[in-house]
Amino acid sequence: SSRARCEAAETRVVAPGHAGLGGAALPNPFEVKVNRQKFNILGRKTKNDVGLPGVSRSKAIKKRTQTLLKEYKEREKTNVFKDKRFGEYNTKISPEEKMIRRFTLERQQNYGKKNIYNLNEDEELTHYGQSLAEIEKLNDIIDSDSDTEERGTLSAELTAAHFGGGGGLLRKKASSGQLDEEEEKPKSRKELIEEMIAKSKQEKQERQTRRESALELTEKLDNDWKEIQTLIAHRTPKSERKDKEVEKPKPDEYDMIVRELGFEMKAKPSERMKTEEELAKEEQARLQKLEADRLRRMRGIDEQVNNKKPSHISADDLADGFILDKDDRCLLSYKEEEEEEGGKEDNENEEESEEESVNEDEEDVAADSHSDLESDLESEEEATGNKEQKKHKTNENESQNVKELDPKMEAAKSELPYTFAVPESYETFKSLLAGRTIEQQLTILERIQKCNHPSLAVGNKAKLEKLFGFLLEYIGELATLDLPELRTIDKLVLPLYNLCQMFPEAASDSVKFILRDAAHDMAEVIEVKGRATFPGLDTLIYLKITSLLFPTSDFWHPVVTPAFMYMSQLLTKCRITTLQDVIKGLFVCCLFLEYVSLSRRFVPELINFLLGVLHISLPKKQAQGYTVVHPFTPVGKNLELLLVCDKKDLESWQKQNLPLSTVTRLKETSTTEINHIRLSCLALCFDLIKKCASLYESLPSFHEIMHPVRILLAQHVTRFCNEWYHSALKELENKVKHYTPLICEKKKPVPLKQYTPKIVKVLEFGRKQGGSKKEQERKQLIRKHKRELKGAIREIRKDNQFLARTQLSEIMERDSARKRKVKELLGSLATQEGEWKAMKRKKGKN
Amino acid sequence: MFVGPLPAEEASLAGNYSAEDKYKIWMRHRYKDCVGSLAELMGHAAFQVKELSLCTLMKFVELEARYPLIKVEWKGSLTFPRELLKVVVDGLLPINEDSSLLISRFQEYMEYDDIRYFVIKAVTENIGQVMQKTKERPLPFYQQNVFALISPINMPNKECDMVKFMVKQVCLTHCLQFCFKAHRQAFEKMWLSFLKHKLPTGLYKKVLVILHDSILPYMNEPTLMIDFLTVAYGIGGAISLLALNGLFILIHQHNLEYPDFYKKLYSLLDPSIYHVKYRARFFHLADLFLSSSHLPAYLVAAFIKRLSRLALTAPPEALLMVIPFICNLFRRHPACRVLVHRPNGPEGMSEDPYIMEEEKPSESRALESSLWEIQSLQNHYHPDVAKAAAILNQSLSEIEDDISGLLELSAYELFDKEVKKKAIDVPLEFDQVRGLFGKKNDIFAEHFTLDGCDLL
Repeated sequence: SSRARCEAAETRVVAPGHAGLGGAALPNPFEVKVNRQKFNILGRKTKNDVGLPGVSRSKAIKKRTQTLLKEYKEREKTNVFKDKRFGEYNTKISPEEKMIRRFTLERQQNYGKKNIYNLNEDEELTHYGQSLAEIEKLNDIIDSDSDTEERGTLSAELTAAHFGGGGGLLRKKASSGQLDEEEEKPKSRKELIEEMIAKSKQEKQERQTRRESALELTEKLDNDWKEIQTLIAHRTPKSERKDKEVEKPKPDEYDMIVRELGFEMKAKPSERMKTEEELAKEEQARLQKLEADRLRRMRGIDEQVNNKKPSHISADDLADGFILDKDDRCLLSYKEEEEEEGGKEDNENEEESEEESVNEDEEDVAADSHSDLESDLESEEEATGNKEQKKHKTNENESQNVKELDPKMEAAKSELPYTFAVPESYETFKSLLAGRTIEQQLTILERIQKCNHPSLAVGNKAKLEKLFGFLLEYIGELATLDLPELRTIDKLVLPLYNLCQMFPEAASDSVKFILRDAAHDMAEVIEVKGRATFPGLDTLIYLKITSLLFPTSDFWHPVVTPAFMYMSQLLTKCRITTLQDVIKGLFVCCLFLEYVSLSRRFVPELINFLLGVLHISLPKKQAQGYTVVHPFTPVGKNLELLLVCDKKDLESWQKQNLPLSTVTRLKETSTTEINHIRLSCLALCFDLIKKCASLYESLPSFHEIMHPVRILLAQHVTRFCNEWYHSALKELENKVKHYTPLICEKKKPVPLKQYTPKIVKVLEFGRKQGGSKKEQERKQLIRKHKRELKGAIREIRKDNQFLARTQLSEIMERDSARKRKVKELLGSLATQEGEWKAMKRKKGKN
Repeated sequence: MFVGPLPAEEASLAGNYSAEDKYKIWMRHRYKDCVGSLAELMGHAAFQVKELSLCTLMKFVELEARYPLIKVEWKGSLTFPRELLKVVVDGLLPINEDSSLLISRFQEYMEYDDIRYFVIKAVTENIGQVMQKTKERPLPFYQQNVFALISPINMPNKECDMVKFMVKQVCLTHCLQFCFKAHRQAFEKMWLSFLKHKLPTGLYKKVLVILHDSILPYMNEPTLMIDFLTVAYGIGGAISLLALNGLFILIHQHNLEYPDFYKKLYSLLDPSIYHVKYRARFFHLADLFLSSSHLPAYLVAAFIKRLSRLALTAPPEALLMVIPFICNLFRRHPACRVLVHRPNGPEGMSEDPYIMEEEKPSESRALESSLWEIQSLQNHYHPDVAKAAAILNQSLSEIEDDISGLLELSAYELFDKEVKKKAIDVPLEFDQVRGLFGKKNDIFAEHFTLDGCDLL
């Protein structure tokens, strides 16, 4: 009894929960089984604390009788039930059509020999299997007053009552009302019908009132509209007439006016144009930000620190993700917005921004023409004219950008088409630019870019990315020409830069590709021959372009770092056999210096090479106090490559810039000229040493680095009395020597191990945390599989039990039937016997 | 054919031999002529001719070994056609011609243990003769040929390895197996006689490269090589670096006492060590030599200081190796840590106390100095080098870095590694381009012009 009480108590606890579900059938408290928990565990979700074993069992049995039992009973039957109803399972045919087809089929079947003698044509019409004639009898009573204006439309309830055989109504009641069963039963048919009538009447009333109010409202709206219209347009009379004639105004016109009103309301005051000063200020701020960014990347280490930062959370942290370190407020400026829109287009060139503004203007114009319908034709003409003007203007601007063109070219240029498709292959690209002047080539490139701006079409991005590669290849080809077209390259760098700004990833990939090719070639040559030669001018130009496109001061950069490595190999692996090699080497030295000019990084190869250059400019003798390293040798063939012995040449020499074309071919043959080139190289070397000295001044071992260079310069003293030379030497010697002993960074005190609990976010209780996502998924799958397997086994077991039960009951039934029959037989026999005996007795008596 | 000592042709004709004997003697003479002309043909211009004559001669050698022309005096005596083989070897080693092709063809015969043995002997003899004739004048081609012939010799490791003979002669096999030691001795003798004479530099290096793994292990007395190695070690430069390997084996396995070894090693350090091909080998050995914890601190400090001073001219691939190397030295010799950590040192020195030019590590005053060179390298352009150099600023961990993987690092590998790194985003230059040389203060604009021909 105590157990029963306990259960009762628990059901009471459970009950409110069930009640809360809102109208769900209250379970019989004696059917509820509660799995009592011994301890309450916080946060654990319990699923199976309350169960209804009886209900679920009966459900399961029902289901089995419907499925398993059926199967069992039909286990030895091979007959198949065939549904021959026409189109029963064909979803393609609509129900109406299906009905019609069935009907025709039926008619055809009936129209056989049977009906030949059927004289009266009419057949019995049915609905839901009932003859219509019978239903009609009932119809007389309902809806006598049929003055409703909506003929043919019957209320839902009515139709349900009429055609649903009354069942629908009953069902509805049962479901919605949840009235007592007792009340529902005694309602007779008549009452029901009366109720229905009342309801329909009420409905009609309501409909009428609704219509009236709607009419009133529209009238009122019309009046209001008239008032407003007088204010806006001077066509009131017409509109009034229209209003009078047709109750509702034409929807399209009305809509249009309303929408226009809406548009006008939304118009906002445009932003004020910015003054020049403001623009300049913004530009400055932008540049400052970029510079700060560059410095951060240059130091390189900060990045890692920044990356680590989020992992450390101080106690005072409010966990609102607010970090004071960095000012991440957006700067409110035009440029910034453009940047964000354009997807990292750091530095929109002027042409592009101009173009965008043009686009905006065009849009404005379009909007204008849309707004005033009255002056549609004229304004449209104007607008188109405007557009044309604008276009013209932009073209003018373009031509201005492209600098002054000589008049002859003007004529030729006018033949250039205004739109260009992006060339698909390098050959088509080359043929596009072949035979054009520099200016024309630039214009063509610019137009290609504009016509195929990525915002205009989907595929344009990939196309323009390809264009970058083509342009690079073209520049390389120009540089490898016998007479390198360096002026053209000089100009082509601009569109290259613009493209690079648009697609940094693609640009970096193609530059990297070129560098990799070059390095790969060199590695192969070294493997085969054991030494390499300097590459052509094109590679040098590529390296220079790299410095123009990418920031060379970064600690690590995907393009610049490999370029550094490649240049280092150039300076250490390539043999120096000719004057051209020296010039190329010095060019690479210049590149190195330029690369590190901001970051002031130390380049040992650079110093080594300059030392070597000084070495080969001295007469052959034993090197003292210094050692030249690869590719220069203390003894060998190519010494004295830069040695100038002729006093006359020394005197006649004037400082000149080295033309880059000497790199590819050295046509001068006279010794004087060659000597002059040598002297220029030497002067360049001196200047580079000077620059190195000022660059590396701050390095702690500056003097050790420069020591051999100083020795060599001192040897030069007898041969030169030139300002270049003296300034270089002075630069070296004026540096202060200052050594402070090194001290290690203080070790951070290792914090004591604390046994504070490690706090981990718990996603689900009772599950093992940790592991990768994949692992977790795997575990979950295993768990699911296990659960399903268990369930399936249980189901099968229960099925078997059910079958066994049914078989047992069958056997019992059969047995009992047999027993009964036997009993009957025995009984009948006994009566027979009895009767026979009685007869016998009677006879005996008789 | 006639067996035994051959009488002169005329004498035999006159002598009282039977007709058959006379015929046999005559045949033998023709055979001798044939061998003579084949030996001459070994010096023919066409390679095919040479090759063919070589093969024929070797066939003769084989046949003669099987059917000896010398009378077997008692059973079990050695009957190998040494004379014939000598002719072949002489043909293989012309004095002023490169015959490496022919020699490489000959290598297949060197697989046979008996042939190898007698070739070794013949070569030794040949070297002696030739060198005596030329009076110590270096003969580059001849030495090249000898080296080509003897360097690929594969000596057997154990006695039981000697099973492959060209001619199966029970007694000979027996003999040779007993003479395993003799085999080695012949080998040793050959090398010594070869190395006794002055070698050209290229050959010197080649010999030193193979010395430690294909010569020294097969010698009965490796210590005989000491003279050669010490001389090589004294030459300086790359040769010294290479001699180090052989010396190491001698010191390590044969108790060689080398006076002033470390001083010599110290003087080997010059800027070229970071640039030569044998960098990996040298640093591997240097790592071994400096791994002893019983070395005095001043010595290790001097090494550290010198290595880092030289690192100022090293390429990045060498720097990536040498910086962990120095770190390892610091870990092994904590007394040297003053080089990176001198809390109460003198302020504002005007010179580095370390004396680079000093030959003796003990007097270089390295312990008074600091590693400013590594500090300079913290500004190196290669990010990995800069990072590695920055490690010295912090206190070092206890575990040594493994530098074996870094020894063979090449510049191209480094480049490839950098190129393959995936970047999340690519920072761009924000300065608007104004042309190829259009930057502010562009160095190129000062010294180069774009226009080609109008100048000059």
